[in-house]
Amino acid sequence: MADRRYTRTHEWVSVDGKQATIGITDFAQSQLGDVVFLELPSVGRKLAARDTFGVVESVKAASDLYAPVAGRITAVNDKLSSRPELINSDPYGEGWILKLDLEGDLPSELLDEAAYKKVTEESTH
Amino acid sequence: MVDFGGWEMPQQYTSIRDEHLAVRKVAGLFDVSHMGRFQLGGDGVPGFVQQLVTNDVSQLGHGQAQYNLMLNEDGGIVDDLVVYSGSEGFFVVVNASNREKDLAWMRAHSPAGVEIEDRTFELGLIAFQGPRAQELLPCDADLDAVPYFGWGHGSVAGIDALISRTGYTGEDGFELFIAADRIGEAWDAVLAHGKNAGVLPAGLGARDAARLEAALRLWGNDMDESVNPYEAGLGWTVKLDKGDFLGREALQKVKAAGPHRQLVGLKMQPGDIARHGARVSVAGKGLGAITSGTHSFFLGYPIALAMVEARSLSVGDRAVVEVRGREAPAEVVKLPFYRGSARSHSEKKESRHG
Repeated sequence: MADRRYTRTHEWVSVDGKQATIGITDFAQSQLGDVVFLELPSVGRKLAARDTFGVVESVKAASDLYAPVAGRITAVNDKLSSRPELINSDPYGEGWILKLDLEGDLPSELLDEAAYKKVTEESTH
Repeated sequence: MVDFGGWEMPQQYTSIRDEHLAVRKVAGLFDVSHMGRFQLGGDGVPGFVQQLVTNDVSQLGHGQAQYNLMLNEDGGIVDDLVVYSGSEGFFVVVNASNREKDLAWMRAHSPAGVEIEDRTFELGLIAFQGPRAQELLPCDADLDAVPYFGWGHGSVAGIDALISRTGYTGEDGFELFIAADRIGEAWDAVLAHGKNAGVLPAGLGARDAARLEAALRLWGNDMDESVNPYEAGLGWTVKLDKGDFLGREALQKVKAAGPHRQLVGLKMQPGDIARHGARVSVAGKGLGAITSGTHSFFLGYPIALAMVEARSLSVGDRAVVEVRGREAPAEVVKLPFYRGSARSHSEKKESRHG
């Protein structure tokens, strides 16, 4: 997907007009191992870029989730409460986490595919 | 891959959930070659081992194994280990992270005439664990003749093996000691043989979940040199009346006064995984800390062990545990959290005879 952008904290965001969809990357899910629970915010809450908006709990560790962009939450993926394993099996598809009404421009610190790949390669060395 | 006691180990091969469920329902194959394996030989060995460990090894016949603790003079747990008795002396399996420490400890306490040889790197060790392990192990030996905590020689997929009915999952199963240069071949053969039945290779994640459900203690988490066997709930491994052994005097005092702490089992709400070190309290009063915690895919909720003040909590009590900066409710439950197939084989046999 050409318009997917990444954070150094391993979230992804894909933007369609004013709507941003957010999840965690395939690299993140593989490092976390089996996800067992997500603590997620409610629809309507406003997030600034880099805000922590929830927690993903895997068998190994609990990790904070950071907003890659600013906006108001318009949807939370309900399926994840009964099937958190979707984060592992389909992190860029059925395992999406939030949808936001985008506010302002995309932060310049977001990484493209190639730059993010470098980040992941560095962190496994 | 993660570092575990200096060994590079897979946390999972495919998924911790699938591997864990395979162990509980069919069988899983673990590579536990990282664990330390020492051969103890020489005339003085039986007496030496008897004063080194807590259980009564004089009760062990050839072909039998026994769970043991090795203590320091203060009664603290240096390591937990399985002692195997055979015609050539004793063989012990110790924790990977303690291998060098244990070797030095044993050598420092051994009398002249006792030889302690580290065979970790020449003998591989794999564990085939699950309710269907016996049926699915490609093996020419009569496994019915190997009782729980017994061992014998046989061939696995045509490869010479020492086959022991022991493990660390709560399930029936076997630990297979095989020459390091052929262990890979045996690994592949066991997996291929069981593939259609649902046998999976299983990593450290599944191993940790299975051992915790069975309430098998993990050295370094649930116990260490600052914990005595009574606190760890392992008093059944201590035979104070067998004669002198390292740590006995300290344990007699602990037993007379009663231990200060106890290990309890906690059941948590879905999503609340209690992590090592998390505070356990009741009505704001700190009672102790979590020693191990995970999500049990098999039971469907998180479970944990906690070291708390003696007599502060009993089965059925409620407590709270700090999870992600807030207080999560916990219920004290009976241990083990799950009783697998581990003893059922010998129990079945006993009932047949009696």
